[in-house]
Amino acid sequence: MSTPFPSGPISSVSGTSVVVRGDDIDTDRIIPARFLKCVTFDALGPAAFADDRAELAGSAAGPHPFDRPAHQGASILLVNRNFGCGSSREHAPQALMRWGIRAVVGESFAEIFYGNCLALGIPCLTADHDTMLAIQEAAEADPAAPFCLEVADQTLSCGTQHWTLSLAEGPHQMLLSGQWDATGQLLAHDAELKATAARLPYLHQFQGA
Amino acid sequence: MSSGTLYDKVWDLHEVSQLPGGATQLFIGLHLIHEVTSPQAFAGLKDLGLSVRHPERTVATVDHIVPTTSQARPFADPLAEEMLATLEANCAEHGITLHGIGSGRQGIVHVIAPELGLTQPGMTVACGDSHTSTHGAFGAIAFGIGTSQVRDVLASQSLAMGKLKVRRIWVDGQLQSGVYAKDLVLHVIRTLGVKGGVGYAYEFAGPAIAALSMEERMTLCNMAIEGGARCGYVNPDQVTFDYLKGRPFAPSGAAWDQAVTWWSALASGSEAVFDDEVRFDAAAIAPTITWGITPGQGIGVDETVPTLEQTEPDERPLAEEAYRYMDLQPGAPIAGLPVDVCFIGSCTNGRLSDLQAAAAVAKGRHVAPGIKAFVVPGSEQVAAAAEAEGLDKLFVEAGFEWREPGCSMCLAMNPDRLEGRQISASSSNRNFKGRQGSASGRTLLMSPAMVAAAAINGRVSDVRTLLNA
Repeated sequence: MSTPFPSGPISSVSGTSVVVRGDDIDTDRIIPARFLKCVTFDALGPAAFADDRAELAGSAAGPHPFDRPAHQGASILLVNRNFGCGSSREHAPQALMRWGIRAVVGESFAEIFYGNCLALGIPCLTADHDTMLAIQEAAEADPAAPFCLEVADQTLSCGTQHWTLSLAEGPHQMLLSGQWDATGQLLAHDAELKATAARLPYLHQFQGA
Repeated sequence: MSSGTLYDKVWDLHEVSQLPGGATQLFIGLHLIHEVTSPQAFAGLKDLGLSVRHPERTVATVDHIVPTTSQARPFADPLAEEMLATLEANCAEHGITLHGIGSGRQGIVHVIAPELGLTQPGMTVACGDSHTSTHGAFGAIAFGIGTSQVRDVLASQSLAMGKLKVRRIWVDGQLQSGVYAKDLVLHVIRTLGVKGGVGYAYEFAGPAIAALSMEERMTLCNMAIEGGARCGYVNPDQVTFDYLKGRPFAPSGAAWDQAVTWWSALASGSEAVFDDEVRFDAAAIAPTITWGITPGQGIGVDETVPTLEQTEPDERPLAEEAYRYMDLQPGAPIAGLPVDVCFIGSCTNGRLSDLQAAAAVAKGRHVAPGIKAFVVPGSEQVAAAAEAEGLDKLFVEAGFEWREPGCSMCLAMNPDRLEGRQISASSSNRNFKGRQGSASGRTLLMSPAMVAAAAINGRVSDVRTLLNA
């Protein structure tokens, strides 16, 4: 992939877009289970939406947006409601990231998927239903149009068009500060971790409980 | 904002720190790992030069990729073999207990942790699997996590989390004969929707919940995630304590009495405040079955596939997609629909009582011609207990295959899978497109007893008619 994986503070994501319409698109569709038979995430990119793409290839409705030439190299994924529901598999955002996606905008996200994206430095921002449809229409009208997602002020723009998005305060701070990868922060609280473990009765044969 | 609930109490006890940006650092009391979502986490740990902070609070088993016919090593599938070998190497390197094949304790992670007494009230439980919500049946706060978070828990025994709201699902009355916890949870999801629980923990309470066995409570909490709720739980009570007593990792001696006192005090009190409450009447619930491509697309077995007019406007595109994929007509009855494959098992319904319920239907009957029917116990312990009762023979005589423990056809990461357009009656938890291993395969979710009824008749059937026959 020509674009490097996310690192450090993430204040904006720019690039072309790809629209995948539909509510309740689950992680089995984003990455079918057979591709989970692996001990690294390295090969997942080409398998993103594998079954949906196969179903649409050659059909009247096809090809799948991920197979259309205009969307190759797209970095902003535009979706609808409850995207990423189902399995907790991080293989789903890993596959999208390795395909080239660096940000997702949708009406809503399933929680585990959302957290998995954040842990990879992929912002997931939300828009209300009408706004989302407007964004998707604009993107489909001109697949080559460059979009710019500003994490700081939670906006998406394309040419003269401009939409307001939402991002919860926590993820907003984490992305802007570059602290979206939590490992370092968690390890920084060694004394507090010890104190918490010390007060949990089930770690001490319930003595004093 | 909720207060005084079990969720609030357990959350407060496990708070380590407040992180910049507003997330809470939450201590994880029990970390369960398996072969699918842990290898990259261990690799990440190695990249950062870190070790496992609490190997004694980390427990491993192998479930997703194991074949259910021959479990001899090496596995026929080299990818599956590599995944298990990697898990074995990681556990050995970091001093983590692995309940492997043939240990007598192997099985689906959400079946073995409860049966070993590892899962206890008041714990926080995390696992790289969305059905970790199962463990909430004990009054634990249990949720699925991704692989980066598995790495974080390995490294720090903690997670960065946002607190959920709490919705009480209050269920009055009593389930009818032939209606099980699976029907109850499919009914809840059908009513509240697959995204109704997003942002919430579900507390299941009320007379109908109090009357459920621990195994039924596990089925219920298992599928909280299918309703969008990352965790679901039941307050611990005497049923919980009776189940736990004497299990290998449960407290014993003087610690047992102190544990029961502590556990009892964690339950949501009468003063508890919930963010939301929804009420159901258990007696009004029929055997419930999914007709579509999400667990929310469920109907009573005596109902018809909803028409577009009967569907909320914003759910209509999904309904139309489901009609096409499932090849079902709106308004058609679901009872009588022919099936090809019948699967009894999974973390939702692979426990002894599930097999007993299915056996009660299968006993003295035979699987219909042309139907492939198989039973996959959720663990080696479940298999042994079922075999001790003769359930394996009963099933085989009735025309079912009796398999070795594993996740099997729930998700098709092993040789068990649908082929082509086959339609399955399945006691598992997800009917997503392609879920059971064929990109065009179709899944009808239902209780194990309903799966047995479908196997006997070769078509979707109301199990109550067989139980009363």
